Amino acid sequence: MATDDIWILGIHMTKFGKHADKDTVDLAAEAAMGALKDGGVTMKEMGVLAAGNLMGASAGIGQQLQKQIGQTGIPVYNVANACATGATALRVAYMAVKSGEAGMGLAVGVEKLSGAGLLSGGSRKEDDKTWTPRGRFGAVAPVDGRIGTETMPGVFAQIGMEYGHRYGGTSFELFARISEKNHAHSTLNPLAAYQKRFTVEEIMNDVMIAYPNTRPMCSANCDGAAAAVVISGAKLRTLAPDQRRRAVKISASVLTTDPWEEACQVLPNVNTLTRNAARQAYDQAGVGPEDLDLVELHDCFATAELVHYDNLMLCPEGGAVDFFESGAPGRDGSKPVNVSGGLQSKGHPIAATGIANVWEVATHLRGEAGDRQIQDAKVGLAHVIGLGSACGVHILERAAV
Amino acid sequence: MTEQVPLVDYLVIGDDPHLVATECTGCGARFFDRRNACASCSGTQFTSRPVATTGELKAFTIVAFAAPGIPVPFVAGVVDCEGTSVRANLINLPPDPEHVKLGMKVKLATYSLGADEAGTEAVGFGFEPLA
Repeated sequence: MATDDIWILGIHMTKFGKHADKDTVDLAAEAAMGALKDGGVTMKEMGVLAAGNLMGASAGIGQQLQKQIGQTGIPVYNVANACATGATALRVAYMAVKSGEAGMGLAVGVEKLSGAGLLSGGSRKEDDKTWTPRGRFGAVAPVDGRIGTETMPGVFAQIGMEYGHRYGGTSFELFARISEKNHAHSTLNPLAAYQKRFTVEEIMNDVMIAYPNTRPMCSANCDGAAAAVVISGAKLRTLAPDQRRRAVKISASVLTTDPWEEACQVLPNVNTLTRNAARQAYDQAGVGPEDLDLVELHDCFATAELVHYDNLMLCPEGGAVDFFESGAPGRDGSKPVNVSGGLQSKGHPIAATGIANVWEVATHLRGEAGDRQIQDAKVGLAHVIGLGSACGVHILERAAV
Repeated sequence: MTEQVPLVDYLVIGDDPHLVATECTGCGARFFDRRNACASCSGTQFTSRPVATTGELKAFTIVAFAAPGIPVPFVAGVVDCEGTSVRANLINLPPDPEHVKLGMKVKLATYSLGADEAGTEAVGFGFEPLA
């Protein structure tokens, strides 16, 4: 327990799904108070609060939360970083503690997305009455749908197809089978938004959204929140044995954006920044992909999961299809991926996701994952990516004591 | 003759329709939007370069749910035009996986978006199979 290590002392995730009678502050409060209780600490001990709620990014969710659970005057950082918002909040708390400015910090992510429908690129508006060039492309009409697609299912469909073009071996059925795996995993997760198992045929015959992604192959819009208490190694050493025993070490905390490459402003390149983040995280943690007992990666669409096997270096470059076909990413395989059910089945309340996947890994490392426990898990990785782009990778390790 | 305007300013219409990229004179990075500086090398000198009108389809999707006013299904994709990647719809082919194949050779084609209240016709572009 080196004094300069950073740890998760307490962590909590709400049930994901429809919470019609709770607002974002209710959900954030439930997650935050759950994380504090889990760590055996209170708001009075927090030195910093980092909070994210992407759909209400200008509303100051951090201060709204303080007004319900404790206005202690500490600095609040409200963050927004697309689907990496939760990971960004966690990393802000981590950096504050790492720098020595705070002994403990709280990170919270919350979203209400039930019934949000299709998430598009957002640029599509009504046509003008006259063709007038506007914007950075001098476009006389909205380009989404006329010059390719900005819808998320369509963008990520192309990302999976591009991988298939480069390395071969992909098919509609292969992507559907990735989705089948995650939906099957979710049946063991009581906090998942959906716990329904689908056959490959059911997945392929469901409503087509953007080929090859059908509806169950897309992340599930839902409500939820997650929160974590971060603590310095020095502070942790002063706490009770029970608190120390359940603490989970943050061996690596990394955030990257995409370096310029040909085509990256034409179709988002989610590969290079993920690969860069993974490489930095493995270096920081002093572990390799071979050491990971489980991985929660950003399967916002079935087509995305495939490319991230490769980007996180769980397989040799170009080997993602073989990796999947080997059964490795199944919960009984050699490298279980998304045993929570992933974004496709557990759900994707955007700003909560980057802390919820850390909760999933931490829960296995603590040996508290119940029916879905990966036996004797010691090291795990949590990955998120937000288009724009931002990639967060956290590597977590079980306490040695 | 009806006056025509391109859908975007990087589309050149007329007898020889083609796309024009904004190329950084320092590093050769190509862009299609108005630039403040180069995203690759931060240089500020640019020149215009015509983009090849034929290419290879390196990624696609068939969009079934889209924004209001966009007919579905349609094929969206990325075409590798001799080293310059272009985002576009695939047009003049049935929008199904039997007719759209990764690696297929395609060429630029234009189409009318219709006339506005002043009678000006907007011209869009897509890529169609290279027969």
